[in-house]
Amino acid sequence: MSWFSRLTGSKKPDIPSDLWKKCPNCGEVLINKDLPRNLFLCSKCDHHLRMPIWDRIALLTDDNSFVEFDSDMESQDPLNFIDSAAYPDRIKKAVESTDSFEAVTVGEARLEGREIMLGVMNFDFMGGSMGSVVGEKLTRLMERAIERRMPTVIVSASGGARMQEGIYSLMQMAKTSQAVALLNEAGLPYVSLLTDPTTGGVSASFAMLGDVHIAEPEALIGFAGPRVIEQTIRQKLPEGFQRSDFLLSHGHIDMVIHRRQLKPTLSKLFSLLL
Amino acid sequence: MSQEFEFEKPIIELEKRLSDLRSLSEEGNIDLSREISAIAEKIEAMKSDIFHSLEPWQVAQVARHLDRPSTLDYVKLLCGDSFVELKGDRLFADDPAMICGFGRFGSIATAIIGHQKGHDTEENIYRNFGMPHPEGYRKSRRVMHLAEKFRKPIIVFIDTPGAFPGIGAEERGQSEAIARSIMEMSRMRVPILCFIIGEGGSGGALAVGIGDRVYMLEHAIYSVISAEGCAAILWKDGAKARDAAAALKFRSTDLLEAGIIDAILPEPLGGAHRNAEFVANAIGDIIQKELPSLMALPADLLLKKRYEKFRAMGKFKLEQDSEHA
Repeated sequence: MSWFSRLTGSKKPDIPSDLWKKCPNCGEVLINKDLPRNLFLCSKCDHHLRMPIWDRIALLTDDNSFVEFDSDMESQDPLNFIDSAAYPDRIKKAVESTDSFEAVTVGEARLEGREIMLGVMNFDFMGGSMGSVVGEKLTRLMERAIERRMPTVIVSASGGARMQEGIYSLMQMAKTSQAVALLNEAGLPYVSLLTDPTTGGVSASFAMLGDVHIAEPEALIGFAGPRVIEQTIRQKLPEGFQRSDFLLSHGHIDMVIHRRQLKPTLSKLFSLLL
Repeated sequence: MSQEFEFEKPIIELEKRLSDLRSLSEEGNIDLSREISAIAEKIEAMKSDIFHSLEPWQVAQVARHLDRPSTLDYVKLLCGDSFVELKGDRLFADDPAMICGFGRFGSIATAIIGHQKGHDTEENIYRNFGMPHPEGYRKSRRVMHLAEKFRKPIIVFIDTPGAFPGIGAEERGQSEAIARSIMEMSRMRVPILCFIIGEGGSGGALAVGIGDRVYMLEHAIYSVISAEGCAAILWKDGAKARDAAAALKFRSTDLLEAGIIDAILPEPLGGAHRNAEFVANAIGDIIQKELPSLMALPADLLLKKRYEKFRAMGKFKLEQDSEHA
């Protein structure tokens, strides 16, 4: 222990700070390189940390079975939007820091041998916000699912619509929701997997339109963000408000499933539905 | 007038002078007709100048004017006594922030759906300022299904700051209520005309905005987020709402250019609240003109065109070709 941690009583390990993080739930120090092997679960309290998309894809699909679609689709800046930074600069920064072009990655894969269409949102890319590219990729994914008669799984993680694309981002709610209607008419299953956090225009469109809704434990899921609600009604929100168990008890989701059980649960479901 | 805008002050001052002159002329039996008509002309010129060069932020204020005609005002003007209101979602409650029913526009009977704001504080509290809870969207969805069942077109008036963000709204599934409304509206086998008459506030507006035609009043707005909300999040300063309003491009002219709406309905100088009949007539004309041809389309074709309309919205680029609109 260093003199500093002895003084403050904290349990910071004697390693550079970019190599570890604290569990947001229990404060346990987690070594970054151990996280993938532990599926980004806290080794002490089992808290479900946010999972990077490629780890998520590996978790849900059979080895090397994922084939990505539309990986080269990029955002435009239809509004020439500038707040404290210009939108194209924000995109560029997000591309560099996340190593993906947009806030969703879509493709086909096998899940315990079964072919599925899979979309995974990336909260690290501008808060997982849905602009034209996210809407278009997910809509194409669902249209492909219909062409190929395959089930669809979409893993949501998003703060909502991408404000920098203005009305175009709002219209992605319409575009994706009507695509779900076509999935329904084609009689193909669509499982919405809700992860922390799923709010705003994403929860108020395709994410809440699954045939089956599965949430990871303790995920924040809702229409309005907690801060907006607190400011509107001027009162503190109850403990556990808008968390997975709250949604389960209010009838909005079918189940809360531990990360380790997601793949077998999906496989079991599809074997019953298809 | 119950609400005055800073940018209207010169007009209001002149209007006061005009009415003073008129009463002076009447009381004193003095001929002031030349002065009166000069001021009246000046007022019209000033209105024209001011209202033809409104900033986006000012347009948002006009769109939210307390006296701005509401859904029920237009329904009264256009349907008269033929309107029958239907209440309740059959699940939880009635939502006074959403009006539903059936009425007659000329010879055509239609379902009518619209957000409802109040014209004063008391009415606004009752109407929750036009911000529906999930039961509002479940009521309108129920009435859309009635329209489909009885093969009646659907007329929608959009005027909401947004769906209500509150504890009850979350408990009862605001997200699901909006999402399902959008999804099912996209498959209603009857024609749908939407009119954005005031504020088109985000998902709460879009929830009833999936029309075969979408029209917008000149000074209405339609936006993914309010200027205040956007300023608070992106500028981290609610006072930057004016900058956010400009950046969001939510005016009718912006949306027409973006291909999101089909046409703009002009408002009288000074805004819709200065002559609700004028606007109501324009809405009535559109309904009479557009509905018969849409009603003549086979339902499958109607749905296909509606799907394609919203399918095409968005801007992105692919590496192999330059760009997609």
